[in-house]
Order: sequence, then C-alpha cells, then structure tokens
Amino acid sequence: MSVQAIHNERIDSETGKLGMWIFLFTELFLFGGLFLVYAVFRAKYSADFHHAAEELNTFIGTLNTVFLLVSSMTVAMSITAIQKDDKKLALFLVGLTVLLAGLFMMNKYFEWSHKFEFKIYPGSEVLKNLPQGELLFFGLYYMMTGLHALHVLIGMILLLINIVKIKNGTVSSNHYLHLENSGLYWHLVDLIWIFLFPLLYLIT
Amino acid sequence: MKNEGSHISSYTSHAVVLIALLALTAISVAATEWHFGAFTVGVALLIASIKVATVIINFMHVKHESLFIKAMVSGVFVLFAAVIVITFIDYYLR
Repeated sequence: MSVQAIHNERIDSETGKLGMWIFLFTELFLFGGLFLVYAVFRAKYSADFHHAAEELNTFIGTLNTVFLLVSSMTVAMSITAIQKDDKKLALFLVGLTVLLAGLFMMNKYFEWSHKFEFKIYPGSEVLKNLPQGELLFFGLYYMMTGLHALHVLIGMILLLINIVKIKNGTVSSNHYLHLENSGLYWHLVDLIWIFLFPLLYLIT
Repeated sequence: MKNEGSHISSYTSHAVVLIALLALTAISVAATEWHFGAFTVGVALLIASIKVATVIINFMHVKHESLFIKAMVSGVFVLFAAVIVITFIDYYLR
C-alpha cells in the first residue's frame, strides 16, 4: 500500500469514528431527557419512588451490570485481537460479547415476566390504582429499561454482522472500523446501564 | 498499513480496567446499605460517573484518540452536565 493510500485509510478511519461519536452524542441526550424526567419526578414523589423501587430485584440488576461490564471488556479485547491479526480470538471475543448480551436479555425477560405476573405493566388495572408517584416510577422503569433493551438488541445485531465480516475478511487487521464503531455503540449501551442501575435499583 | 498510527491496547490493561469497574460496582451496591441520608443519591451518581469516565477513557480508547475527538467528547459531556445542572437550578428555584 502506498504512503498516500495509508494516509487516506487513516483519515477514513478518523472520520468514520467521528461520525459514530456524533451519533452517540444524540443517543446520550435521548437518554439524558429521560434521566431528567426521572430526577424531577423522583424529587416530587420521593416516598412513592422509594416504595416502588423496592419491588425491583437488586440481585438481578447487579448481575446484569456484571454481564454488561464483562461484555464491554470482551468487545474492547476483540479490537486488540483483530489489530494483532488474531482472527480466531477476535471471533471468540465478539461471540462471547453476544452471548453475554443474550444473558442480559434473558434476565430482563425473567424480570419483566415476574412483574407481568403481578399485573404490573403499563396500562394494567393494578398499576392504574397505585399512587401517582409509583405509577410514574413504573412508567419510567419500563420506558428506560425498554429503550435500553432495544439498544442491546441492536448492539447484538451489529456484533453478529461483525462475526460474518470477520469470517469473510471484510473486517481484518487492515480494516476494522466497522468493529470499532460497533464496539463504541456497545460501550454506549454499557454507559447507559451504568446510570440506570443505581437510579432504578439502588436508590431506594 | 497494519496498525499504522493506531494504538493497540493490551489484553491485561483491559482486564485491569474490568476489575476496577467491578470493584466500583461492588462499592456502589454496598454503599446503599450504609445510608448516607441525603448523600445516598450523590454517592451513587458519583460512583456511576467515575465508572462512565473509566469506560470512555479506556474501553472506548479516547485515551489514544486525536486531540480533536478528546476535546469533542469532553465538551459534549460538559454540555450534558450543564443541561442537567441548569434544569435542576430552574426546578428548585421555581
């Protein structure tokens, strides 16, 4: 590859990452708005929020935090592996990330179904009869964790696409911007959860 | 152009960062039992902010990015913090 080509490739990678960062900023403000709504209502109905938050299982929340933190590390390591041209290890690490994401979603499924059993879901009669603050808490809980879970699913799809791309050589030690950007997206999913976890599960 | 100009983080450094993040999570969970009263929320959010910064700097490789990306990322987070703080000042002084 000529010097000029190397130079162009580096600029491509830089601009590609820049674009991803700008997109991530918009995501940050999307969740930021929800955090603000949560904070204001929590200040207004602190007793109700306290009571409603006790319904949440801290153990499941902590376990999911651990899954996401470990998956953040595995995706970061997969970039190191691809840079070192270790295709096999990169595939394993991206696969492990998808597996951890799957475990997160499984936990979320059990958590939500448990609440559905007690008829705690948006629009249910039980929820409508709760005090105003508790209704708001569960509304925000479903909205924030639901929107986050949607991001987890999108992240899983992006990582699965990377598995295919690493296999067929589109993502390689020469060209790994796609994996880097998917990794950035995956870290954002982790970042949002880092804030959601204490706000919803810990502050009771 | 293999690895031209791009920094390769070691596996060990990523593992160390993970251990730090897990330790902070443990502290955060334990801290809810200690009851800091009015400071409980503050402590939880402070630990969360440290974790977020750790992920951004290390896992998201901002440490090894160009000055432009570094400035942009820090700038946006300052803006984000300002939006939250200003909304709160507005809310509490109404």
